[in-house]
Amino acid sequence: MEASSIIFSDKPVNVSYDGTWYGLLTAVFEAYSKKWNVSGFVVIDRESQSDFFAEKVIVVTDEVKAQRVWLGLKKKVPKENCIQLYRCYLSEMTGMAFTIFSCIKFYFSGFDSPHLAYGNPDVLKINQTSKMVYREKHRMEAFVRFQRTADDLYYAGIEPDFNVIPLLSQHFAERYADQNWLIYDIKRKYGIYYDQDKVEEITLNFSNEAGAKTSVKDVFHDSETLYQELWKNYFKNVNIPSRRNIKLHVQHVPKRYWKHLIEKK
Amino acid sequence: MSERLHEKLEILADAAKYDVSCSSSGSKRKNHNKGLGEATGSGICHTYTEDGRCVSLLKILLTNHCIFDCAYCVTRKSNDIKRAAFTVQEVVDLTMNFYRRNYIEGLFLSSGIFKNADYTMERLVSVAKKLRTENKFNGYIHLKTIPGASDELMHEAGLWADRLSVNIEIPTESGLKLLAPDKNIKDMIEPMTYLKKEIIRTKEESKIFKSAPLFAPAGQSTQMIIGASGESDKDIMHTANKFYKGFNLKRVYYSGYVPISNDNRLPELGSAVPVLRENRLYQTDWLMRFYGFNVHELLNDQFPNLDPEIDPKLSWALRNMAFFPVDVNTADLQLILRVPGIGVQSAQKIVGARRFNKLGWDHLKKIGIALNRAKYFITCNSPITDRKDYTEAKIRQFILNESRSKFLTNGGQQYNLFG
Repeated sequence: MEASSIIFSDKPVNVSYDGTWYGLLTAVFEAYSKKWNVSGFVVIDRESQSDFFAEKVIVVTDEVKAQRVWLGLKKKVPKENCIQLYRCYLSEMTGMAFTIFSCIKFYFSGFDSPHLAYGNPDVLKINQTSKMVYREKHRMEAFVRFQRTADDLYYAGIEPDFNVIPLLSQHFAERYADQNWLIYDIKRKYGIYYDQDKVEEITLNFSNEAGAKTSVKDVFHDSETLYQELWKNYFKNVNIPSRRNIKLHVQHVPKRYWKHLIEKK
Repeated sequence: MSERLHEKLEILADAAKYDVSCSSSGSKRKNHNKGLGEATGSGICHTYTEDGRCVSLLKILLTNHCIFDCAYCVTRKSNDIKRAAFTVQEVVDLTMNFYRRNYIEGLFLSSGIFKNADYTMERLVSVAKKLRTENKFNGYIHLKTIPGASDELMHEAGLWADRLSVNIEIPTESGLKLLAPDKNIKDMIEPMTYLKKEIIRTKEESKIFKSAPLFAPAGQSTQMIIGASGESDKDIMHTANKFYKGFNLKRVYYSGYVPISNDNRLPELGSAVPVLRENRLYQTDWLMRFYGFNVHELLNDQFPNLDPEIDPKLSWALRNMAFFPVDVNTADLQLILRVPGIGVQSAQKIVGARRFNKLGWDHLKKIGIALNRAKYFITCNSPITDRKDYTEAKIRQFILNESRSKFLTNGGQQYNLFG
């Protein structure tokens, strides 16, 4: 059904969008301009429970409309609170699109400094979720372990809880400005590649055949094993056994990250 | 060759690990020359050891040969251990290669004192210089300054390093005399005084000239060993306070003494590391730096030691019941910060949120404050209150019954050894 065909504003509306951030912001724009009574969001082509009684509309992503919402938000709340909404979007949690929508609605409702209303459940939820995503981003900045390949690419595979790759580009590009690197999200099957000039999003086709023919020795740089061994050795020797505290250790380095950490493998 | 490198790393990382500082924050060095690394953020812990400590820097000694004989130190002259020394190039290569793989934030380089102070300091400085100039390395560098080194070398160290530190190690002068006869307090204070002046001077300069070179942008820090010389908590924290106030130190670290010697001046081998006491001291340090507490309020002649069972803020509150109850809907931020169970972030959230609606217990809980402690000290928008006329002893007992400190299962006994 076309978005424009909705006339009754009081009937609940279930909004379908393409799952992108701009798509979600476009949906917010449409909901405002058409005064929809939004009951939920559905990503097109993704199976999900939808409200049987609600009207369904499909929103077509429009960068200009999305930008208008984004710029409007920036006038209402500090930049950090705008970014919080984006981080929440990257959490990929069920129902988060609706929380983001409700929170944006509150930010536009006319209160002074609405982002400080921690008593409002949506504002609080956005704050808390954003913190979780931020922590995951920070963890990836810590836990990425580059391996130098024979052709001088520094490669790292990651499997973060949330989709934090878009939040990592700037940090790694600034820090590792003089080396080619690739950080790849194995679970979500895409990554970012830096060629000492710019960062690009890429997807890889790992063919099994190629993997079987090349041995680890051919893939990695001559010095790679040495430095991995030195690092493991260093890690072992900075530990103070009489202060042993495994509970704290696991709290800081949860087990699900171990398989990509050289020193914990 | 790689075998010898492995052995050196083992010896010289092992010897450096008792220095607890691993901070890589507080600097503002950008990757300005498209080189490697930056040190602008709040620092990253890249991993944690099995003792739960953060690993952020490659922390090593240049050498563990030492002419000093400090009783509390593994590297002391009279200790029969394997000795080793890195070349300057080896340290540079390790730092660059670890950094490129995102293992570390940078280098923390210390050293045993070989030949004399200046000779040692010169070698440390040359590592930092080589990293910065030949290798365009912009990651974090923390250099240990050697007591007694010349002003010229201290100055050069400040030009290349982000942070400099002299470890005071023993909080009282008498303790230092007893345990480190080769050291004197003057040799440690002088470089601190020089650095303080230089840091202030270069900061002023950079306000006028944008291009003025950085000088130890992450400031200086120091460390004290806890439980090696029979000192009180008051001795430690009053000394720490002097360093924060008198020398503008960024951090003072407290390192529970790990027994490494059967010297009868020290706790015997096998006695437990005072981790609980260490924790209480850090809590006190935080109260001084972020919560507006004066050190005399927390530790004084009447209360020279911290209470191992409860945290120092709760301890202070129970001694000062006249301050309470605090009404979270009206009180100043400074007062809310003094409530047990409310941290800095929660206090700020309370002050932000109460403009929209008066806060009740439910709001406070959702904001994340520890009500099990806070409820005895506050009133909010609710007729229900846990502030009946309980005595301090009663409140203390209630709180202790409800929450078991994570340290008390193995820590209670240990505290007695040092208490």
